[in-house]
Amino acid sequence: MRWLSLAVFMLLVASLLVGAAGIGVHDAAILWQIRFPRAVLAGLVGASLGVSGAAMQGALRNPLADSGLLGIAGTAALGAVVAFYWGISAAFAPALPLGGMLGAGLGCALLLGLAGSAASGPGLILAGVAVSALGAALLALALSLAPNPFALAEITVWLMGGLEDRSLMHLVVAMPPILVGISILLRLGRRLDGLALGEAVAASLGVPVPETLRRVALGVALAVGAATSVAGGIGFVGLIVPHLLRPALGERPGRLLLPSALAGAVLLLAADLLARVLPLLLPLSAEPRLGVLTALLGAPFLIRIARKVAP
Amino acid sequence: MIAVVAPIVGLGGRIVLWDINLSARPGELLVLAGPNGAGKTTLLRAMAGLLPGFASQDPRRVAYVPQGARCAWGMSVREVVALGRVPHGDDRAEPVEAAIVACGLASLAGERIDRVSGGEARRAMLARALATEPDALLLDEPTADLDPAAAHAMMALLRRRTAAGVCVVVVLHALELALHHATRLVVMEGGRIVADAEPEAALPRAALAFGLPYGLNPRAGLLPPAQGERYGADRSGDDQGR
Repeated sequence: MRWLSLAVFMLLVASLLVGAAGIGVHDAAILWQIRFPRAVLAGLVGASLGVSGAAMQGALRNPLADSGLLGIAGTAALGAVVAFYWGISAAFAPALPLGGMLGAGLGCALLLGLAGSAASGPGLILAGVAVSALGAALLALALSLAPNPFALAEITVWLMGGLEDRSLMHLVVAMPPILVGISILLRLGRRLDGLALGEAVAASLGVPVPETLRRVALGVALAVGAATSVAGGIGFVGLIVPHLLRPALGERPGRLLLPSALAGAVLLLAADLLARVLPLLLPLSAEPRLGVLTALLGAPFLIRIARKVAP
Repeated sequence: MIAVVAPIVGLGGRIVLWDINLSARPGELLVLAGPNGAGKTTLLRAMAGLLPGFASQDPRRVAYVPQGARCAWGMSVREVVALGRVPHGDDRAEPVEAAIVACGLASLAGERIDRVSGGEARRAMLARALATEPDALLLDEPTADLDPAAAHAMMALLRRRTAAGVCVVVVLHALELALHHATRLVVMEGGRIVADAEPEAALPRAALAFGLPYGLNPRAGLLPPAQGERYGADRSGDDQGR
Protein backbone atom coordinates (compact mmCIF):
# COMPACT_ATOMS: atom_id res chain seq x y z
CA MET A 1 0.00 0.00 0.00
CA ARG A 2 2.81 2.39 0.89
CA TRP A 3 4.56 1.49 -2.35
CA LEU A 4 1.41 2.13 -4.33
CA SER A 5 0.91 5.54 -2.74
CA LEU A 6 4.52 6.38 -3.44
CA ALA A 7 4.15 5.26 -7.06
CA VAL A 8 1.04 7.42 -7.49
CA PHE A 9 2.94 10.43 -6.14
CA MET A 10 6.01 9.87 -8.29
CA LEU A 11 3.95 9.35 -11.43
CA LEU A 12 1.95 12.51 -10.69
CA VAL A 13 5.20 14.47 -10.44
CA ALA A 14 6.51 12.84 -13.61
CA SER A 15 3.25 13.68 -15.37
CA LEU A 16 3.68 17.31 -14.42
CA LEU A 17 7.20 17.35 -15.85
CA VAL A 18 6.62 15.64 -19.20
CA GLY A 19 4.47 16.73 -22.11
CA ALA A 20 4.23 17.83 -25.71
CA ALA A 21 6.25 20.91 -24.80
CA GLY A 22 9.16 18.68 -23.80
CA ILE A 23 10.62 17.57 -20.51
CA GLY A 24 10.85 19.98 -17.62
CA VAL A 25 8.86 23.02 -16.61
CA HIS A 26 9.14 25.88 -19.09
CA ASP A 27 5.96 27.73 -18.47
CA ALA A 28 3.76 27.92 -15.40
CA ALA A 29 0.65 28.18 -17.59
CA ILE A 30 1.43 24.85 -19.28
CA LEU A 31 2.02 23.28 -15.89
CA TRP A 32 -1.21 24.43 -14.27
CA GLN A 33 -3.59 24.73 -17.22
CA ILE A 34 -2.60 21.63 -19.16
CA ARG A 35 -0.43 19.15 -17.30
CA PHE A 36 -1.97 19.51 -13.86
CA PRO A 37 -5.59 18.74 -14.82
CA ARG A 38 -4.42 15.97 -17.11
CA ALA A 39 -2.30 14.28 -14.45
CA VAL A 40 -4.95 14.56 -11.75
CA LEU A 41 -7.65 13.32 -14.11
CA ALA A 42 -5.50 10.34 -15.12
CA GLY A 43 -5.12 9.46 -11.45
CA LEU A 44 -8.83 9.90 -10.68
CA VAL A 45 -10.04 8.03 -13.76
CA GLY A 46 -7.61 5.19 -13.08
CA ALA A 47 -8.68 5.02 -9.44
CA SER A 48 -12.36 4.98 -10.50
CA LEU A 49 -11.84 2.14 -12.93
CA GLY A 50 -9.62 0.17 -10.55
CA VAL A 51 -11.90 0.34 -7.52
CA SER A 52 -14.99 -0.24 -9.66
CA GLY A 53 -13.46 -3.41 -11.06
CA ALA A 54 -12.51 -4.65 -7.59
CA ALA A 55 -15.96 -3.85 -6.18
CA MET A 56 -17.81 -5.47 -9.06
CA GLN A 57 -15.67 -8.59 -8.94
CA GLY A 58 -16.24 -8.82 -5.20
CA ALA A 59 -19.96 -8.14 -5.26
CA LEU A 60 -20.67 -10.46 -8.16
CA ARG A 61 -18.08 -13.09 -7.11
CA ASN A 62 -16.83 -13.22 -10.66
CA PRO A 63 -13.21 -12.58 -11.64
CA LEU A 64 -14.31 -11.36 -15.07
CA ALA A 65 -16.61 -8.64 -13.77
CA ASP A 66 -15.53 -5.20 -14.94
CA SER A 67 -17.33 -2.04 -15.91
CA GLY A 68 -15.93 -2.25 -19.44
CA LEU A 69 -16.54 -5.93 -20.04
CA LEU A 70 -20.08 -5.86 -18.68
CA GLY A 71 -21.14 -2.88 -20.76
CA ILE A 72 -21.31 -0.18 -18.05
CA ALA A 73 -18.54 1.87 -19.68
CA GLY A 74 -20.36 1.45 -23.00
CA THR A 75 -23.65 2.81 -21.69
CA ALA A 76 -21.73 5.59 -19.93
CA ALA A 77 -20.14 6.52 -23.26
CA LEU A 78 -23.57 6.42 -24.84
CA GLY A 79 -24.93 8.83 -22.23
CA ALA A 80 -21.99 11.17 -22.70
CA VAL A 81 -22.26 11.01 -26.50
CA VAL A 82 -25.96 11.85 -26.35
CA ALA A 83 -25.23 14.86 -24.13
CA PHE A 84 -22.34 15.87 -26.39
CA TYR A 85 -24.16 15.30 -29.61
CA TRP A 86 -27.33 17.17 -28.90
CA GLY A 87 -25.24 20.11 -27.83
CA ILE A 88 -26.51 19.95 -24.27
CA SER A 89 -22.95 19.85 -22.98
CA ALA A 90 -22.02 22.95 -24.98
CA ALA A 91 -24.79 24.90 -23.30
CA PHE A 92 -24.35 23.39 -19.85
CA ALA A 93 -20.93 21.92 -19.06
CA PRO A 94 -21.88 19.45 -16.31
CA ALA A 95 -24.31 17.80 -18.74
CA LEU A 96 -21.44 15.68 -20.09
CA PRO A 97 -20.57 13.90 -16.82
CA LEU A 98 -24.25 13.85 -15.89
CA GLY A 99 -25.02 12.11 -19.17
CA GLY A 100 -22.19 9.66 -18.52
CA MET A 101 -23.41 8.91 -15.01
CA LEU A 102 -26.98 8.54 -16.16
CA GLY A 103 -25.89 6.14 -18.90
CA ALA A 104 -23.75 4.15 -16.46
CA GLY A 105 -26.60 4.08 -13.94
CA LEU A 106 -29.04 2.77 -16.52
CA GLY A 107 -26.45 0.21 -17.64
CA CYS A 108 -25.95 -0.99 -14.03
CA ALA A 109 -29.69 -1.21 -13.45
CA LEU A 110 -30.16 -3.12 -16.69
CA LEU A 111 -27.27 -5.44 -15.85
CA LEU A 112 -28.54 -6.28 -12.37
CA GLY A 113 -32.08 -6.62 -13.68
CA LEU A 114 -31.10 -8.96 -16.50
CA ALA A 115 -28.75 -11.04 -14.41
CA GLY A 116 -31.33 -11.35 -11.62
CA SER A 117 -30.49 -13.93 -9.01
CA ALA A 118 -27.81 -15.44 -11.26
CA ALA A 119 -25.67 -12.39 -10.56
CA SER A 120 -22.56 -14.42 -9.86
CA GLY A 121 -22.46 -16.97 -12.61
CA PRO A 122 -22.57 -17.16 -16.39
CA GLY A 123 -25.92 -15.34 -16.24
CA LEU A 124 -24.05 -12.19 -15.32
CA ILE A 125 -21.63 -12.44 -18.23
CA LEU A 126 -24.58 -13.10 -20.53
CA ALA A 127 -26.37 -10.03 -19.18
CA GLY A 128 -23.16 -8.04 -19.60
CA VAL A 129 -22.88 -9.13 -23.22
CA ALA A 130 -26.50 -8.04 -23.74
CA VAL A 131 -25.90 -4.64 -22.11
CA SER A 132 -22.70 -4.18 -24.14
CA ALA A 133 -24.47 -5.05 -27.37
CA LEU A 134 -27.36 -2.73 -26.61
CA GLY A 135 -25.01 0.12 -25.69
CA ALA A 136 -22.92 -0.44 -28.82
CA ALA A 137 -26.01 -0.55 -31.05
CA LEU A 138 -27.44 2.67 -29.63
CA LEU A 139 -24.03 4.30 -29.88
CA ALA A 140 -23.79 3.26 -33.52
CA LEU A 141 -27.27 4.70 -34.05
CA ALA A 142 -26.20 8.00 -32.50
CA LEU A 143 -23.08 8.03 -34.68
CA SER A 144 -24.97 7.25 -37.86
CA LEU A 145 -27.28 10.15 -37.13
CA ALA A 146 -24.34 12.50 -36.53
CA PRO A 147 -25.07 15.95 -38.00
CA ASN A 148 -21.82 16.18 -39.97
CA PRO A 149 -18.70 14.14 -40.66
CA PHE A 150 -16.66 16.29 -38.31
CA ALA A 151 -18.94 15.51 -35.38
CA LEU A 152 -18.66 11.85 -36.31
CA ALA A 153 -14.87 11.97 -36.36
CA GLU A 154 -14.79 13.92 -33.14
CA ILE A 155 -17.00 11.45 -31.30
CA THR A 156 -15.10 8.46 -32.67
CA VAL A 157 -11.77 9.83 -31.52
CA TRP A 158 -13.27 10.70 -28.16
CA LEU A 159 -14.59 7.16 -27.76
CA MET A 160 -11.06 5.80 -28.08
CA GLY A 161 -10.31 7.43 -24.77
CA GLY A 162 -7.72 10.02 -23.94
CA LEU A 163 -6.89 12.84 -21.61
CA GLU A 164 -5.14 15.38 -23.85
CA ASP A 165 -6.40 18.96 -23.79
CA ARG A 166 -8.44 18.43 -20.64
CA SER A 167 -8.79 21.69 -18.76
CA LEU A 168 -9.34 22.62 -15.14
CA MET A 169 -13.03 22.88 -16.02
CA HIS A 170 -13.13 19.16 -16.88
CA LEU A 171 -11.45 18.45 -13.58
CA VAL A 172 -13.92 20.56 -11.61
CA VAL A 173 -16.90 18.95 -13.29
CA ALA A 174 -15.75 15.33 -13.03
CA MET A 175 -13.97 15.29 -9.69
CA PRO A 176 -16.93 15.48 -7.27
CA PRO A 177 -18.91 12.52 -8.68
CA ILE A 178 -15.72 10.48 -9.05
CA LEU A 179 -14.75 11.10 -5.43
CA VAL A 180 -18.25 10.37 -4.16
CA GLY A 181 -18.44 7.19 -6.23
CA ILE A 182 -15.03 5.98 -5.05
CA SER A 183 -15.85 6.68 -1.42
CA ILE A 184 -19.16 4.79 -1.70
CA LEU A 185 -17.29 1.77 -3.06
CA LEU A 186 -14.44 1.96 -0.55
CA ARG A 187 -16.89 1.68 2.36
CA LEU A 188 -18.31 -1.64 1.16
CA GLY A 189 -15.28 -3.75 2.14
CA ARG A 190 -16.83 -5.80 4.91
CA ARG A 191 -19.99 -6.46 2.99
CA LEU A 192 -18.02 -7.67 -0.01
CA ASP A 193 -16.04 -9.97 2.30
CA GLY A 194 -19.31 -11.43 3.55
CA LEU A 195 -20.52 -11.94 -0.01
CA ALA A 196 -17.48 -14.12 -0.76
CA LEU A 197 -19.37 -17.04 0.78
CA GLY A 198 -22.48 -16.53 -1.34
CA GLU A 199 -25.61 -14.48 -0.90
CA ALA A 200 -27.31 -16.82 1.59
CA VAL A 201 -24.34 -16.84 3.96
CA ALA A 202 -23.86 -13.10 3.50
CA ALA A 203 -27.49 -12.53 4.44
CA SER A 204 -27.08 -14.76 7.51
CA LEU A 205 -24.03 -12.67 8.44
CA GLY A 206 -26.25 -9.61 8.45
CA VAL A 207 -25.09 -8.22 5.09
CA PRO A 208 -28.01 -6.50 3.36
CA VAL A 209 -27.41 -8.15 -0.01
CA PRO A 210 -29.79 -6.27 -2.34
CA GLU A 211 -28.83 -2.94 -0.80
CA THR A 212 -25.14 -3.77 -1.20
CA LEU A 213 -25.62 -4.57 -4.88
CA ARG A 214 -27.49 -1.31 -5.33
CA ARG A 215 -24.68 0.61 -3.64
CA VAL A 216 -22.09 -1.03 -5.85
CA ALA A 217 -24.20 -0.06 -8.85
CA LEU A 218 -24.51 3.53 -7.61
CA GLY A 219 -20.81 3.84 -6.83
CA VAL A 220 -19.81 2.36 -10.18
CA ALA A 221 -22.31 4.56 -12.01
CA LEU A 222 -20.94 7.71 -10.38
CA ALA A 223 -17.26 6.85 -10.67
CA VAL A 224 -17.20 5.14 -14.07
CA GLY A 225 -19.88 7.41 -15.52
CA ALA A 226 -17.97 10.55 -14.65
CA ALA A 227 -14.62 9.00 -15.59
CA THR A 228 -15.91 7.88 -18.98
CA SER A 229 -17.52 11.21 -19.69
CA VAL A 230 -14.23 12.99 -19.15
CA ALA A 231 -11.79 10.43 -20.55
CA GLY A 232 -13.78 8.47 -23.12
CA GLY A 233 -13.64 4.71 -23.37
CA ILE A 234 -10.75 3.28 -21.39
CA GLY A 235 -11.03 -0.43 -20.99
CA PHE A 236 -9.39 -3.24 -19.08
CA VAL A 237 -8.02 -1.18 -16.17
CA GLY A 238 -10.77 -2.35 -13.81
CA LEU A 239 -10.38 -5.90 -14.99
CA ILE A 240 -6.62 -6.13 -14.71
CA VAL A 241 -5.88 -4.23 -11.54
CA PRO A 242 -7.47 -6.59 -8.97
CA HIS A 243 -5.85 -9.55 -10.68
CA LEU A 244 -2.44 -7.90 -10.48
CA LEU A 245 -2.91 -7.31 -6.77
CA ARG A 246 -4.31 -10.69 -5.70
CA PRO A 247 -1.02 -12.63 -5.71
CA ALA A 248 0.52 -10.01 -3.41
CA LEU A 249 -2.41 -9.09 -1.16
CA GLY A 250 -4.54 -12.22 -1.07
CA GLU A 251 -8.02 -12.56 -2.48
CA ARG A 252 -10.23 -11.10 0.27
CA PRO A 253 -12.42 -8.67 -1.72
CA GLY A 254 -12.60 -5.97 0.93
CA ARG A 255 -8.86 -5.83 1.19
CA LEU A 256 -8.44 -5.17 -2.52
CA LEU A 257 -10.59 -2.04 -2.75
CA LEU A 258 -8.22 0.75 -1.73
CA PRO A 259 -5.14 -0.88 -3.28
CA SER A 260 -7.13 -1.31 -6.51
CA ALA A 261 -7.94 2.41 -6.53
CA LEU A 262 -4.26 3.25 -6.05
CA ALA A 263 -3.04 0.68 -8.56
CA GLY A 264 -5.62 1.85 -11.09
CA ALA A 265 -4.27 5.37 -10.69
CA VAL A 266 -0.71 4.09 -11.13
CA LEU A 267 -1.63 2.12 -14.23
CA LEU A 268 -3.46 4.96 -15.94
CA LEU A 269 -0.88 7.58 -14.99
CA ALA A 270 1.81 5.33 -16.40
CA ALA A 271 -0.17 4.63 -19.57
CA ASP A 272 -0.88 8.33 -20.04
CA LEU A 273 2.77 9.14 -19.49
CA LEU A 274 3.66 6.53 -22.09
CA ALA A 275 1.17 8.08 -24.49
CA ARG A 276 2.90 11.44 -24.06
CA VAL A 277 6.45 10.14 -24.19
CA LEU A 278 6.02 7.94 -27.27
CA PRO A 279 5.70 10.87 -29.74
CA LEU A 280 8.91 12.29 -28.28
CA LEU A 281 10.76 9.03 -28.93
CA LEU A 282 9.14 7.68 -32.07
CA PRO A 283 8.19 9.45 -35.28
CA LEU A 284 4.47 9.51 -34.51
CA SER A 285 2.23 12.23 -35.91
CA ALA A 286 0.06 12.24 -32.80
CA GLU A 287 -0.16 10.73 -29.34
CA PRO A 288 -1.45 7.16 -29.32
CA ARG A 289 -4.93 7.11 -27.81
CA LEU A 290 -4.95 6.17 -24.13
CA GLY A 291 -7.86 3.74 -24.53
CA VAL A 292 -5.98 2.00 -27.32
CA LEU A 293 -2.89 1.63 -25.14
CA THR A 294 -4.81 0.15 -22.20
CA ALA A 295 -6.65 -2.22 -24.53
CA LEU A 296 -3.37 -3.36 -26.07
CA LEU A 297 -2.04 -3.99 -22.58
CA GLY A 298 -5.28 -5.54 -21.33
CA ALA A 299 -6.34 -7.93 -24.07
CA PRO A 300 -3.50 -10.45 -23.59
CA PHE A 301 -4.15 -10.23 -19.88
CA LEU A 302 -7.82 -11.05 -20.35
CA ILE A 303 -6.83 -14.18 -22.26
CA ARG A 304 -4.59 -15.21 -19.37
CA ILE A 305 -7.35 -14.72 -16.80
CA ALA A 306 -9.89 -16.57 -18.92
CA ARG A 307 -7.49 -19.52 -19.14
CA LYS A 308 -6.94 -19.54 -15.41
CA VAL A 309 -10.65 -19.27 -14.61
CA ALA A 310 -11.70 -22.08 -16.93
CA PRO A 311 -9.00 -24.76 -16.66
CA MET B 1 -33.59 -20.97 21.85
CA ILE B 2 -34.68 -20.74 18.27
CA ALA B 3 -38.26 -21.25 17.20
CA VAL B 4 -40.17 -21.32 13.95
CA VAL B 5 -43.91 -21.39 13.36
CA ALA B 6 -45.02 -21.91 9.78
CA PRO B 7 -48.65 -22.77 9.11
CA ILE B 8 -47.95 -22.98 5.37
CA VAL B 9 -45.05 -21.98 3.13
CA GLY B 10 -45.11 -22.12 -0.65
CA LEU B 11 -42.16 -21.72 -2.98
CA GLY B 12 -42.62 -21.46 -6.72
CA GLY B 13 -46.26 -22.53 -6.58
CA ARG B 14 -45.52 -25.63 -4.48
CA ILE B 15 -46.25 -26.09 -0.81
CA VAL B 16 -42.95 -26.91 0.85
CA LEU B 17 -43.73 -26.47 4.55
CA TRP B 18 -46.94 -27.29 6.24
CA ASP B 19 -48.13 -26.98 9.82
CA ILE B 20 -44.68 -26.46 11.35
CA ASN B 21 -44.20 -25.47 14.96
CA LEU B 22 -40.70 -26.28 16.11
CA SER B 23 -38.41 -24.84 18.70
CA ALA B 24 -34.90 -25.94 19.51
CA ARG B 25 -33.71 -25.41 23.05
CA PRO B 26 -30.26 -24.46 24.31
CA GLY B 27 -28.01 -27.44 24.78
CA GLU B 28 -29.90 -29.48 22.26
CA LEU B 29 -28.45 -31.18 19.19
CA LEU B 30 -31.48 -31.44 16.99
CA VAL B 31 -31.19 -33.45 13.80
CA LEU B 32 -33.65 -32.77 10.99
CA ALA B 33 -33.95 -35.85 8.81
CA GLY B 34 -36.15 -36.88 5.93
CA PRO B 35 -36.03 -37.79 2.27
CA ASN B 36 -35.01 -35.32 -0.45
CA GLY B 37 -37.67 -32.70 -0.96
CA ALA B 38 -39.14 -33.13 2.52
CA GLY B 39 -38.59 -29.44 3.27
CA LYS B 40 -35.62 -29.73 5.65
CA THR B 41 -33.54 -27.06 3.96
CA THR B 42 -36.50 -24.70 3.68
CA LEU B 43 -37.26 -25.19 7.36
CA LEU B 44 -33.64 -24.47 8.26
CA ARG B 45 -33.69 -21.33 6.12
CA ALA B 46 -36.89 -20.26 7.83
CA MET B 47 -35.19 -20.74 11.20
CA ALA B 48 -32.26 -18.65 9.95
CA GLY B 49 -34.68 -15.92 8.98
CA LEU B 50 -33.64 -16.10 5.34
CA LEU B 51 -37.07 -16.91 3.94
CA PRO B 52 -39.37 -14.06 2.97
CA GLY B 53 -42.09 -13.69 5.57
CA PHE B 54 -39.96 -14.91 8.46
CA ALA B 55 -38.46 -12.60 11.04
CA SER B 56 -34.76 -12.20 10.34
CA GLN B 57 -32.47 -13.33 13.13
CA ASP B 58 -29.78 -11.39 14.90
CA PRO B 59 -26.70 -12.42 12.88
CA ARG B 60 -24.56 -12.24 16.02
CA ARG B 61 -26.72 -14.89 17.69
CA VAL B 62 -27.55 -17.29 14.88
CA ALA B 63 -24.99 -18.75 12.48
CA TYR B 64 -26.15 -20.54 9.35
CA VAL B 65 -24.08 -22.80 7.09
CA PRO B 66 -25.92 -23.78 3.90
CA GLN B 67 -25.36 -26.98 2.02
CA GLY B 68 -22.26 -26.91 -0.15
CA ALA B 69 -21.22 -23.47 1.08
CA ARG B 70 -18.06 -22.44 -0.71
CA CYS B 71 -15.85 -19.41 -0.97
CA ALA B 72 -15.72 -17.59 -4.30
CA TRP B 73 -12.14 -16.44 -3.79
CA GLY B 74 -8.89 -18.15 -2.90
CA MET B 75 -8.85 -16.65 0.57
CA SER B 76 -6.86 -18.29 3.34
CA VAL B 77 -8.65 -20.59 5.76
CA ARG B 78 -8.05 -18.02 8.48
CA GLU B 79 -9.58 -15.23 6.39
CA VAL B 80 -12.65 -17.39 5.72
CA VAL B 81 -13.06 -18.20 9.41
CA ALA B 82 -12.62 -14.51 10.25
CA LEU B 83 -15.73 -13.76 8.17
CA GLY B 84 -17.60 -15.06 11.20
CA ARG B 85 -16.77 -11.73 12.84
CA VAL B 86 -18.54 -9.71 10.13
CA PRO B 87 -21.81 -9.47 12.12
CA HIS B 88 -19.92 -8.06 15.10
CA GLY B 89 -17.95 -5.63 12.97
CA ASP B 90 -14.77 -6.31 14.90
CA ASP B 91 -11.47 -7.99 14.10
CA ARG B 92 -10.98 -9.89 17.35
CA ALA B 93 -8.50 -12.68 16.77
CA GLU B 94 -9.30 -14.89 19.80
CA PRO B 95 -12.68 -16.24 18.63
CA VAL B 96 -11.23 -16.85 15.19
CA GLU B 97 -8.22 -18.76 16.51
CA ALA B 98 -10.38 -20.67 19.00
CA ALA B 99 -12.72 -21.76 16.20
CA ILE B 100 -9.75 -22.79 14.03
CA VAL B 101 -8.36 -24.92 16.84
CA ALA B 102 -11.77 -26.40 17.74
CA CYS B 103 -12.19 -27.57 14.14
CA GLY B 104 -8.67 -29.00 13.94
CA LEU B 105 -7.53 -26.52 11.32
CA ALA B 106 -4.58 -25.02 13.16
CA SER B 107 -2.02 -26.42 10.72
CA LEU B 108 -4.05 -25.31 7.70
CA ALA B 109 -4.96 -21.78 8.78
CA GLY B 110 -2.60 -20.20 6.27
CA GLU B 111 -3.61 -22.42 3.33
CA ARG B 112 -5.86 -21.21 0.55
CA ILE B 113 -9.40 -22.49 1.03
CA ASP B 114 -9.53 -23.73 -2.58
CA ARG B 115 -6.37 -25.81 -2.06
CA VAL B 116 -7.53 -27.84 0.96
CA SER B 117 -9.58 -31.03 0.75
CA GLY B 118 -13.38 -31.00 0.60
CA GLY B 119 -13.67 -32.16 4.19
CA GLU B 120 -11.23 -29.52 5.40
CA ALA B 121 -13.13 -26.81 3.54
CA ARG B 122 -16.31 -28.09 5.18
CA ARG B 123 -14.70 -27.77 8.60
CA ALA B 124 -13.55 -24.26 7.72
CA MET B 125 -17.16 -23.32 7.02
CA LEU B 126 -18.14 -24.68 10.42
CA ALA B 127 -15.26 -22.79 12.04
CA ARG B 128 -16.51 -19.64 10.32
CA ALA B 129 -19.88 -20.18 12.02
CA LEU B 130 -18.24 -20.90 15.38
CA ALA B 131 -16.15 -17.72 15.15
CA THR B 132 -19.40 -15.75 15.35
CA GLU B 133 -19.84 -17.22 18.86
CA PRO B 134 -23.54 -17.76 18.24
CA ASP B 135 -26.24 -19.08 20.55
CA ALA B 136 -27.66 -21.16 17.75
CA LEU B 137 -25.92 -23.04 14.93
CA LEU B 138 -27.93 -24.05 11.88
CA LEU B 139 -26.11 -26.47 9.59
CA ASP B 140 -27.34 -27.97 6.34
CA GLU B 141 -25.69 -31.33 5.59
CA PRO B 142 -22.38 -30.47 7.26
CA THR B 143 -21.16 -34.05 6.85
CA ALA B 144 -22.11 -34.47 3.19
CA ASP B 145 -18.60 -34.90 1.79
CA LEU B 146 -16.87 -36.23 4.87
CA ASP B 147 -15.66 -39.79 5.34
CA PRO B 148 -17.39 -41.70 8.16
CA ALA B 149 -14.69 -40.99 10.74
CA ALA B 150 -14.63 -37.28 9.91
CA ALA B 151 -18.43 -37.16 9.97
CA HIS B 152 -18.49 -38.66 13.46
CA ALA B 153 -15.75 -36.26 14.54
CA MET B 154 -17.76 -33.30 13.29
CA MET B 155 -20.91 -34.45 15.07
CA ALA B 156 -18.90 -34.97 18.27
CA LEU B 157 -17.56 -31.45 17.89
CA LEU B 158 -21.10 -30.11 17.54
CA ARG B 159 -22.18 -32.12 20.57
CA ARG B 160 -19.39 -30.52 22.63
CA ARG B 161 -20.72 -27.11 21.60
CA THR B 162 -24.14 -27.96 23.01
CA ALA B 163 -22.52 -28.53 26.40
CA ALA B 164 -21.72 -24.80 26.39
CA GLY B 165 -25.42 -24.03 25.97
CA VAL B 166 -25.40 -23.58 22.21
CA CYS B 167 -28.43 -24.90 20.39
CA VAL B 168 -27.47 -26.86 17.28
CA VAL B 169 -29.82 -27.79 14.45
CA VAL B 170 -28.39 -30.08 11.77
CA VAL B 171 -29.96 -31.36 8.57
CA LEU B 172 -28.67 -34.90 8.03
CA HIS B 173 -29.31 -37.84 5.80
CA ALA B 174 -27.12 -40.25 7.72
CA LEU B 175 -29.41 -41.67 10.37
CA GLU B 176 -26.63 -43.54 12.14
CA LEU B 177 -24.96 -40.19 12.86
CA ALA B 178 -28.22 -38.93 14.34
CA LEU B 179 -28.50 -42.05 16.48
CA HIS B 180 -25.01 -41.67 17.85
CA HIS B 181 -24.91 -37.96 18.47
CA ALA B 182 -28.30 -36.24 18.42
CA THR B 183 -30.34 -35.49 21.49
CA ARG B 184 -33.49 -35.08 19.43
CA LEU B 185 -34.54 -36.37 16.02
CA VAL B 186 -37.14 -34.52 13.99
CA VAL B 187 -38.36 -36.43 10.95
CA MET B 188 -39.86 -34.55 8.02
CA GLU B 189 -41.85 -35.89 5.13
CA GLY B 190 -43.76 -33.97 2.48
CA GLY B 191 -43.18 -30.63 4.18
CA ARG B 192 -44.47 -31.78 7.55
CA ILE B 193 -42.94 -32.92 10.80
CA VAL B 194 -44.00 -36.53 11.21
CA ALA B 195 -41.92 -37.43 14.24
CA ASP B 196 -40.18 -35.46 16.95
CA ALA B 197 -38.62 -37.47 19.74
CA GLU B 198 -35.46 -38.98 21.13
CA PRO B 199 -33.46 -40.44 18.27
CA GLU B 200 -34.23 -44.07 19.02
CA ALA B 201 -37.91 -43.43 19.48
CA ALA B 202 -38.14 -41.47 16.23
CA LEU B 203 -36.03 -43.93 14.24
CA PRO B 204 -38.79 -46.25 12.99
CA ARG B 205 -40.69 -43.28 11.56
CA ALA B 206 -37.48 -41.97 9.99
CA ALA B 207 -36.78 -45.36 8.39
CA LEU B 208 -40.32 -45.36 7.01
CA ALA B 209 -39.91 -41.83 5.63
CA PHE B 210 -36.71 -42.85 3.88
CA GLY B 211 -38.34 -45.96 2.48
CA LEU B 212 -35.76 -48.14 4.21
CA PRO B 213 -36.47 -51.77 4.98
CA TYR B 214 -37.85 -51.73 8.48
CA GLY B 215 -36.52 -53.81 11.30
CA LEU B 216 -32.79 -53.28 10.96
CA ASN B 217 -30.87 -53.10 14.16
CA PRO B 218 -30.29 -49.34 14.51
CA ARG B 219 -27.10 -49.89 16.48
CA ALA B 220 -25.58 -51.68 13.54
CA GLY B 221 -26.15 -48.65 11.38
CA LEU B 222 -28.65 -48.38 8.60
CA LEU B 223 -27.54 -49.49 5.20
CA PRO B 224 -28.80 -47.76 2.09
CA PRO B 225 -31.38 -49.82 0.19
CA ALA B 226 -30.19 -51.94 -2.70
CA GLN B 227 -30.33 -50.27 -6.09
CA GLY B 228 -33.90 -49.99 -7.30
CA GLU B 229 -35.50 -51.14 -4.07
CA ARG B 230 -36.57 -47.64 -3.15
CA TYR B 231 -38.19 -47.08 -6.51
CA GLY B 232 -39.64 -50.57 -6.65
CA ALA B 233 -43.21 -49.32 -6.92
CA ASP B 234 -42.48 -47.46 -10.16
CA ARG B 235 -40.81 -50.46 -11.68
CA SER B 236 -43.70 -52.83 -10.92
CA GLY B 237 -45.94 -50.26 -12.58
CA ASP B 238 -43.81 -50.55 -15.71
CA ASP B 239 -44.10 -54.29 -15.68
CA GLN B 240 -47.86 -54.10 -15.55
CA GLY B 241 -47.80 -51.75 -18.51
CA ARG B 242 -46.07 -54.36 -20.57
